Amino acid sequence: MSGLAWGALYGLAAGLVIAIAALIGVWGERKVAGRIQMRIGPQELGPFGLLQTLADTLKLVLKEDITPAAADVRIFRIAPLIVFAPIAMSFVIIPYASGFAPLDTSVGILFFMAVPAISVIGVLLAGWSSRNTYATIGGLRAAAQMISYELPRTLSILPFVLLAGSMRPLDIMDEWRWWWIPLTFIAFIVYFISSIAEVNRGPFDLPEAESELVAGYFADYSGIRWAIFMMAEYGGMVAAALFGAVFWFGGYLHLPGALGVIMLIAVATLLAVAMIWVKWTFPRMRPDQLMGTAWKVLTPMALLQLVIVGVVIPWL
Amino acid sequence: MTGEIGSDACFTDRIEPGVDELVVNVGPSHPSTHGVCRVIVHLDGEVVTKAEPVIGYLHRGIEKMAENRTYLQVVPLTDRLDYVGSMYANWAYCRTVERLAGIQVPERAEYLRVIVCEMQRIASHMMSLGSAAADTGAATMFIYAFDQREKVIEAFEELCGARLTYNYVRPGGVSFEIPEGWTERVLQFCRDHRDGLELMDRLFFGNVITRDRMKHVGVLSPEDAVAWGASGPVARGSGVNWDLRKHDPYSVYPRFDFDVPTGSNGDCYDRARVRLFECYESCRIIEQAISQMQPGPIRTPGLPRLLAPRPGDAYDHIESARGALGVYLVSDGSVRPYRMKVRSPAFCNLALLPLLAEGHMLSDLVVILGSLDPVFGEVDR
Repeated sequence: MSGLAWGALYGLAAGLVIAIAALIGVWGERKVAGRIQMRIGPQELGPFGLLQTLADTLKLVLKEDITPAAADVRIFRIAPLIVFAPIAMSFVIIPYASGFAPLDTSVGILFFMAVPAISVIGVLLAGWSSRNTYATIGGLRAAAQMISYELPRTLSILPFVLLAGSMRPLDIMDEWRWWWIPLTFIAFIVYFISSIAEVNRGPFDLPEAESELVAGYFADYSGIRWAIFMMAEYGGMVAAALFGAVFWFGGYLHLPGALGVIMLIAVATLLAVAMIWVKWTFPRMRPDQLMGTAWKVLTPMALLQLVIVGVVIPWL
Repeated sequence: MTGEIGSDACFTDRIEPGVDELVVNVGPSHPSTHGVCRVIVHLDGEVVTKAEPVIGYLHRGIEKMAENRTYLQVVPLTDRLDYVGSMYANWAYCRTVERLAGIQVPERAEYLRVIVCEMQRIASHMMSLGSAAADTGAATMFIYAFDQREKVIEAFEELCGARLTYNYVRPGGVSFEIPEGWTERVLQFCRDHRDGLELMDRLFFGNVITRDRMKHVGVLSPEDAVAWGASGPVARGSGVNWDLRKHDPYSVYPRFDFDVPTGSNGDCYDRARVRLFECYESCRIIEQAISQMQPGPIRTPGLPRLLAPRPGDAYDHIESARGALGVYLVSDGSVRPYRMKVRSPAFCNLALLPLLAEGHMLSDLVVILGSLDPVFGEVDR
C-alpha cells in the first residue's frame, strides 16, 4: 500500500483512539471531580454513567454549528482542525510496546516537541477569527502561554536524549534503566507542570478562564466544532500522560508482552488522574504569574536537570 | 486595535477607547459578575486602565412599589432586596417600622431574629467565599462553601418553609415559632461548620496560588474606605473597626460576647478572610443566643393588621453581611408608607470598583468584584 493510504488509515485509527480516549477522559474527569467535590458524578446512563459522554457527544454533533456574522468564516471553520490535527499526530511516535511505535523515526523526540506546537496557530486563529474581544484576549493569552511553556517542556525531555544518545524513541527505550526515574525526577516535575499548561488545563487554563473570559478562544464555537476543541484538550492530556509514562516510568518495559502495554496504560491513567486532581483543587493563575512560573521557575529547573544529567553521564 | 467590538450602541457616545486600548464589555450576563453587573473595561494589553460599572439591570422599583402596599405587605418586597441575605432586609425594615410605630418586640423574638440573622450571615458569607473562589477558578472550594450554605438554607426551610425569600421577620416579632429539635440541629450545625471553615481555610486560603491571586490586589486604604462609605467586611478588611453590632448596638447584641475580625492590608485576601472569621463569630453568637433564649411570646400581642403609624419619619440600620443596611421610612399617617429609602451597603461598596480595579489585570477585576461581594437585588433595588 502507498504511504498516503497508510496515512489515511493511521489518521482514521488515531482519530478513533482519541475520540474514545476523550470519551473516557471526560467521563473520568467528571467522576474524579465529583468525588473531589463530595458528589457522585454521572451515573444514570449505562454502568457507572459510562454512556453519559456518548449522549453528550451525540447532542453536540446534532446541535447547530453556528458561525457568528462578524467572524472570518473560513478561518473560523478550519481553526478547530488546526488545533486538533497536530495533537492527533503527536500520538504517532510514542512507543506503545516492545519495538513498536506507529512512526519509527530517528527524530521522534523532536517530532513530539514540534508538531503539537502547531496547534497554537489554530488557537490563535480561532480567537482572532471570532471577532470577539473575549476570544481575542483568550487566543493571545493562549499563544503567549503555549509558546512560553514549550521551552521548559522541551528542555525537560532533553535529559533522555543525553542519556540514550539518540532522539529515536525506541532507542531510548532500549537504553532505559530503572535509575533514570530518580535521576530525571526534576525533569518529570517540569514536564508534568508544563504539559498541563501546554494543553490549557487548570490551574493554567487562562485562555479559556470562564470567570473572566467566559470560554476564551472558543467562546463563539458551538456543536461539533466546540467538541473538537474539547477532544484536542483531552487528546493532548492523554498524549502527555502516555509520553510521560513511557519515558519517565519505563512504560511497557517492566512487564512482558501485552501486560507491559496494560501497565503503560495504567501509569498513563494515573498521570491523567493527577492532572484532573490538580485542576479541581487549585485556583487559576494570573497571566503574569503564569509567565513568571515558566521563565523564572520551570526553565531554570529544567536547565539544572540538564546539568545534573550532563555531570552524571561521564561516570556511566 | 479598534474599540468597536463588544461596545454597545447606546453607549458609543461615551466610550472612547484611547490609543492602543481595547474596550471589553463585561456583563450584564457574564459568569462572574455576581448577578447582572455590567462593567465597561478599558484594557491596555491585560491591564485595566478604567473600569466603569453600569448598574440598573435588576431595577424593579422596590422603593416605589412599597408606597402602594401596607406596612405588612412590604416585608416580602424587602426579601427581594438582598436575595442571599433576605433576613437582614426583613429585619432592617421591621426595626424602622417598629421605631416609627413605637412597637415593643418580645425578647424571644429578638433572640430568634439574632439567631436567624447570624445564620444568614454564615449563608451569605459562604456564598461570597464560594463565588470568590469560583472567580479565581477554584471550583471545588465553591462546592464546599455551598455545602455549608445549604445546611443553613435547610434550617430556614424547616423554620419558615422558604429557602430564599423568608418573610420571617415581621413588624412586632417573627412569623413562626421554632420547630421541635431545631435548636439542637442548629447547634450541631455550628459544631460542624467550624470544621468546614477549617477545611476551607486550609484548602483555599492556604493555597499558594490563592495568596498570589488575592494578596496585594485591590488594596483599599482605611481612609478611602471611610471616605467612600464602605461598610461591612469591605471596610473591616482595610482595618476599619466598625461594626454596628458593637458600635451602635441594637436588639440583644450587647448581651453576647464576640469579636469583630479586621484585616490589615485591605486587599482582596483580607476582605475574604474577614468573612471567614466572621462565620466563627456568628457561630459563637448563635450558641450564646440559644443558651440565653427563654420561652415566651414571639409576636407583640394585639398588633393591628393594618399598621398606621403617626405622621413622621424614622431610620434604623443593622449590620448585614455586606455592611450597614439602613431603611428610612416616612409615614403620612395612612396604612401605607409615604416613602421608603434603602441605604444599601452593596451599592456603596460597588462604587469602589473603579478605584480598586485601575492598574490591575483583567483577571484581578473579577477577583476584586467578588471581594466587594455585591448583590444586585440590593444595588439596583
